[in-house]
Amino acid sequence: MALTEINKQDGAPELRRRAVLLYALLVFVFVSLFARLIFLQAFQGERYTYLSENNRIRLKRVPGSRGMIVDRQGQLLVDSRPSFDLFFVPEDSDQPENTLRLLAQYLKWDENELLKTYEENKSRAAFDEITLGRDVEWSTIVAVETHQLDLPGVTLRARPRRNYTDGPAAAHVLGYLGEVNQKQLKTLKAQGYGSGDEIGHYGLERHWEEILRGQNGGQQVEVDALGRRVRVLHEVHNVPGYTMHLTIDRQLQQTAFEALGSKEGTIVAIDVHSGAVLALASTPAFDPNVFARGIKGNEWNALLQDKLRPLSNRATQGQFPPGSTFKIVMAIAALEEGVINPETSISDPGFFPFGNRNFRDWKEGGHGAVNFHRALVISCDTYFYQLGPKLGIDRIAKWARAFGLGEKSGIALDDERGGTIPDTAWKMKRFRQPWYPGETVSVAIGQGYVTVTPLQLANMMAAVANGGKLFRPRIVSKVESVDGATVREYGPELIRTIELKPDTLTRVHNALADVVKIGTGGMARSAIIEVAGKTGTAQVVEMKGAYLKSEQLSYFNRDHAWFVSYAPAQNPEIAIAVLIEHGGHGGEAAAPMAKKVYEKYIELQKQVTDKQQARTEGSSRAD
Amino acid sequence: MQIDRRMIAHFDWLLFFLTLAFVGIGITTIYSANFNMAEGHAGVLPMRQATWLGLGLIAMFTAWSFDYHYIDRLVYPFYGVMLILLVLVYVIGHSGGGSQRWINLGFFRLQPSEPAKLAIVLLMAKYFQTDEPPKGYYLRDLWVPFALVAPLIFLTLIQPDLGTAIILGVVFISMVLMGGLRLRSFSILVGAGLAFLPIAWQFLKTYQRNRILTFLDPDRDPLGAGYHVIQSQIAIGSGKLFGKGFMHGTQNRLNFLPEQHTDFIFAVFSEEWGLIGCAVLLLLYFVMIAYCLRVVQRAKDRFGALLVFGMIAIVFWHVTINVAMVSGIMPVVGVPLPMVSYGGSALASMMFAVGVIMNVSMRRFIF
Repeated sequence: MALTEINKQDGAPELRRRAVLLYALLVFVFVSLFARLIFLQAFQGERYTYLSENNRIRLKRVPGSRGMIVDRQGQLLVDSRPSFDLFFVPEDSDQPENTLRLLAQYLKWDENELLKTYEENKSRAAFDEITLGRDVEWSTIVAVETHQLDLPGVTLRARPRRNYTDGPAAAHVLGYLGEVNQKQLKTLKAQGYGSGDEIGHYGLERHWEEILRGQNGGQQVEVDALGRRVRVLHEVHNVPGYTMHLTIDRQLQQTAFEALGSKEGTIVAIDVHSGAVLALASTPAFDPNVFARGIKGNEWNALLQDKLRPLSNRATQGQFPPGSTFKIVMAIAALEEGVINPETSISDPGFFPFGNRNFRDWKEGGHGAVNFHRALVISCDTYFYQLGPKLGIDRIAKWARAFGLGEKSGIALDDERGGTIPDTAWKMKRFRQPWYPGETVSVAIGQGYVTVTPLQLANMMAAVANGGKLFRPRIVSKVESVDGATVREYGPELIRTIELKPDTLTRVHNALADVVKIGTGGMARSAIIEVAGKTGTAQVVEMKGAYLKSEQLSYFNRDHAWFVSYAPAQNPEIAIAVLIEHGGHGGEAAAPMAKKVYEKYIELQKQVTDKQQARTEGSSRAD
Repeated sequence: MQIDRRMIAHFDWLLFFLTLAFVGIGITTIYSANFNMAEGHAGVLPMRQATWLGLGLIAMFTAWSFDYHYIDRLVYPFYGVMLILLVLVYVIGHSGGGSQRWINLGFFRLQPSEPAKLAIVLLMAKYFQTDEPPKGYYLRDLWVPFALVAPLIFLTLIQPDLGTAIILGVVFISMVLMGGLRLRSFSILVGAGLAFLPIAWQFLKTYQRNRILTFLDPDRDPLGAGYHVIQSQIAIGSGKLFGKGFMHGTQNRLNFLPEQHTDFIFAVFSEEWGLIGCAVLLLLYFVMIAYCLRVVQRAKDRFGALLVFGMIAIVFWHVTINVAMVSGIMPVVGVPLPMVSYGGSALASMMFAVGVIMNVSMRRFIF
């Protein structure tokens, strides 16, 4: 029973007409709205998806904990320990000053100092944190945590802090860390460094940065509109850095460092059979722990401006004239080149006339009749002066270079220097001048243009001791992952074997042993180990005429004292070079320090043997 | 009241189910908007909205049940009650979010500005129901309706509730135009309105001015006034074609969206259902409005036609302003999405409006 729409004609004709227009309006408006949605969701969808992810996901970097450094016995040299820094964000507090006053009260800190720090940081960007304290004490952490509710804006943040067990003792080997600076950040960003990250700035910390650093992990954290973390979406675990095993012996290093005491100088000890560096101390030193807690501007400036250059590693970066220690090179060259008969004596009047000049011996009046052996033992300058012209500069340079002088040793530390071994070609290249024969006479006793690093001399002594095998000095023996797996191993690396006649070796060895027994190196003589070596006193300024004692010169003009050596004399194991800057006479200033290190070495050897013995006895009992 | 059998035969199932669909979409989206991951539930709001649905059904069937011509007699009493309630809001009202909009009735916080929208439609339908003059109404004919409507708008504006005041205004203008204002008079009105704009600017609250400035340049203050617009657009856009899925809208769940379950519910819906969902929702509104325009055309008298037109104009303007605001093509003004946004007063008022439409629609068959 369909009802007809009886009212159709009545109704509201005007309204009916207008309603038609309304359909058009309705379609227009809805199409517009829908077009907007298509634009947002279809065309801009990817962009807004990115923005929404960006909104909700924060990446939290979890830096890999830096690797440890241990000595040859596995004793800890460097590790990282947890520490806490104290920050303040004034925007989070209604009354920042009052909060700081309260904080000072809780911590028993100086209120004015806190307020001063706050005032100084007033111009920083909003919500930037102000560092109130680094590596704060445990009591501070407890106090802040306890009163957290009264201290809005005050936060503690944990971060691993580098810990150098022996402070400055091995500072120049281990180095220090610093924050990645803005310039570095540009190039290092790809490698995952972020602002505030630490990076090795010196020493092993820098040279082995990649090994020690480990890999950053990260968390993708979902946060809500207030930035509160809701959950962890994805996590990449950080990989701790590798452990580095050094060839350094912690106790020997400590002994070397203490032997140097307040002097400026360096001691390098090398295993003659492998090139392993057992100790490398340089003074004055710095405490790398100061860098670890965040070095202050004035502390850093003090280090930079110190005239005694504590930041310089004298063993690898100091270039000094070798003085009489160079006579070892001269002696070997003369015997090998056959320019002398070692048994023939010359007469030493106390000077060597060459050209129109008299080259002076260190001893006024001379040593009388001197043959090869005696010349080394008493360090007769005149004897070696006359060897100079006989060999000629180029042959001297050849032999010096054979022993690694004048070239970088290639030790795994940054900024090593090479020193200078001059020859005719070098002179021409450097000064555009021919070599003058008179200059050879100076070079013959390790003066003139010759400079070497203490590390080079130590390594040379190792080669002399082992019969001519020149090893590359090594400081790292093994790189290990945290679970103890060996990642890399560094064995002895032979640079070259220097072919030497047995007769040459015997004569040089005997002479060097006698230097300590009856000659200039007497102060290195030890009751428990026979040392062989050579003293050196390198002039800093040329003395014309007068025989002045070192003490009579102003400090920075005083001679450098050298003692280069190995032991035991008959069956060498360890070579040591000692340099004391402006120390005066090598036999007096440097030789006694070498003795201390040798005796410690023997003591340590004995401990090792005792332990092994105990172990063998123990196991035999068990059988 | 006696139920005529013809009432059942001509019951408007389409409008009824469309209404239920909107409320259903609303409750599920409110559920998602209020779901708390940590506590594992969505709180009381979805259940309350379901309760308001019950209230709304009563309002709807009441409006539907009696002959709409009786409404003619109820217009002034209803208007009077609205005026009193809006004054009461001003005197004893309950404030929230910086404005005073509600009267606390114990079990229910009534927001009188919602039924006030109906009052305007009723007033205008009553006033314009007589046959219009041959060339339409003159401006002088508008003094009476303006005098009646102005207090409602003024009382809403001082709450302050700019969004509702705008709706009241545009519904009023719509009714006047539909009622038959002369085109010339209308032009004069528009001109006067434009001249009035700078003065109106002076009366706006600082936050309202900020909203308008922010609309013109959302990046002006991305974390302040521009925050809502930007976050809302991010929510809609990141929904892409198919949405992130029900309960998986991150913008919503992590509270990046403002007013998630009320004015910005469309952003929540878009983020979770994508362009496809939006198309469906907009299509439902389109169908409802287009169908009601058809009811306007078929209504058996001017009064009925104007009633239906006014009621559907309310829906139309709400949808348009809300979607335009949330999607960033209009400044942010607080306007809910009809029947979808949370809110008892609004839902009950809208369902009453639908009831009136059904009433007129059905009675076109009955003398």
